Amino acid sequence: MIEVTKDNFDTEVLNAQGIVMVDWWGPKCERCLELMPHVEELAGKYRGKVKFCSVDTSGNRRLAIGQKVLGLPAILFYENGQKIDEISGQEITPEDIEAKLQQHVE
Amino acid sequence: MEQVYDLLVLGGGPAGLAAGMYGARARMKTGIIEKGRPGGQAATTEDLENYPGFGRGTTGPGLTQAMADHATSFGAEFIKDTIVALDLKSSPKKVIGKKGEYLGKAIIYALGAEPRMLKAPGEGKLRGKGVSYCATCDADLFEELDVAVVGSGDAAIEEAEYLSKFADNVSVIVIHEEGKVDANQVSFERARQNPKLKWIWNSIVKSINGEELVESITLKNIKTGEESDYPINGVFIFIGTVPLTEVLAGQVELNQQGYIVTDEKMAASVEGVFAAGDVRAKYLRQVVTAASDGAIAAVAAEKYVHETELWEKEVLQAQQPVVVAYYNPTDMSGTEKVGMVDRFVRDHKGLALVKVDATRNELVGRRYNIDLDRLPRLHLFINGEVKREADDIDEASLEALVKSL
Ligand SMILES: Cc1cc2nc3c(=O)[nH]c(=O)nc-3n(C[C@H](O)[C@H](O)[C@H](O)COP(=O)(O)OP(=O)(O)OC[C@H]3O[C@@H](n4cnc5c(N)ncnc54)[C@H](O)[C@@H]3O)c2cc1C
Repeated sequence: MIEVTKDNFDTEVLNAQGIVMVDWWGPKCERCLELMPHVEELAGKYRGKVKFCSVDTSGNRRLAIGQKVLGLPAILFYENGQKIDEISGQEITPEDIEAKLQQHVE
Repeated sequence: MEQVYDLLVLGGGPAGLAAGMYGARARMKTGIIEKGRPGGQAATTEDLENYPGFGRGTTGPGLTQAMADHATSFGAEFIKDTIVALDLKSSPKKVIGKKGEYLGKAIIYALGAEPRMLKAPGEGKLRGKGVSYCATCDADLFEELDVAVVGSGDAAIEEAEYLSKFADNVSVIVIHEEGKVDANQVSFERARQNPKLKWIWNSIVKSINGEELVESITLKNIKTGEESDYPINGVFIFIGTVPLTEVLAGQVELNQQGYIVTDEKMAASVEGVFAAGDVRAKYLRQVVTAASDGAIAAVAAEKYVHETELWEKEVLQAQQPVVVAYYNPTDMSGTEKVGMVDRFVRDHKGLALVKVDATRNELVGRRYNIDLDRLPRLHLFINGEVKREADDIDEASLEALVKSL
């Protein structure tokens, strides 16, 4: 997992080739913290196929809103710098995330 | 063989955590099944100031984490799974999760509640795009922005105050007349002093508008019928909750709103099934009452497990015929008659006697319809079934009870 901020978002996500998954979280978002170990696990599983990044929204609020993230947790998928998919909200489960990953890896 | 828990607690919110702590401390093998992190709704509120002994500065996640640690310290086991179905008729009772199946002698159902939706157009589409049901989760994204809070109950008012620490303006949309809210007066008066809060009375949200993010809401004044567009960046909805009881439909008694009906010992309409917390039909839904429900349910469940096991062993599985004497210990002449039964059974080889204080043992009262006004009474059990009974206890009725065995 690469920790991304407003300073390196362009380099790591928008200018990256292939599929990038970005996990938007915040320190007060219980649900995000709960998902985090699962996301780490998926990062291991999909190593080499998908690039995994995470953004702590608490220090990167404008970046979040710029990417139309206004609710946590939010998982966004980019392909060659274009946003192609997203899931968000309190209800998302690790299974939902993996389903999306599989869909985009194929 | 799968392991059987004495007590399975469903849900790890305040009710489930208190139940788990009490259950484990009473030395029951206790499992708490929770789909996420423990804490429930209480973990989604930052300021939690009304749990006795834990005043200003207490946070929801902090308090519930302490509850979870407390339960674990006495030996309660956390099982991470999402419950999808229940079989309450089987013995032991079966809980079916996404990952596995779990067996419990008694069940405490404490799945709590989830936010009620406004059901306004745009609400679903813009969820996570400005529409939120959790201020703690999302508040800091709204720094320097304008948000609306829909609702006027305790949660709405308290979360509006919390949001005012981040957002520039917080508009509270209230359906009632000016000055009237559903929240407690103390919170309301404090909130009224908050310069960042703006109050919009007599109003409901007709729709939430925006392409990619929330841009405005359409308000309707229910007094004048007038509709207006109100520019806003976020909408936080706190208009009450709905109980998570779908998996129980048709299995236990629910009231019209879907809440579980229990007696004061938290027992639901099916034997060995208890309910605690926000899922229950009750007057006040708070952390303190959830914890209280959990404690009562665990103690009642412990008694249930103990009584069923004893009954199973001494009566239902007994090799020889068993005379069961139901009595009321405060009734002198009744206890004397039971003494007579005692002597009678001792003189008859191959008979056993089980004395049951019917005023305390609910299990048998419930299973065998023992009328407390007609005690003492006798049942003769053979191979686990009531074969004969006697209402009047004397030599003749005793002889008749065991005749030609
Ligand atoms: C915004 C907000 C602010 C509040 N502020 C206060 C306050 O200041 N003071 C106060 O006393 N009360 C407050 N409350 C109310 C309080 O949070 C609730 O009364 C309390 O949390 C109820 O506890 P519970 O254990 O019954 O249910 P819940 O807290 O709802 O817990 C239920 C648990 O069950 C789990 N669960 C649900 N479905 C499943 C499933 N299928 N499988 C497995 N697990 C499942 C959930 O993940 C959850 O952890 C507030 C509530 C809200 C929403």
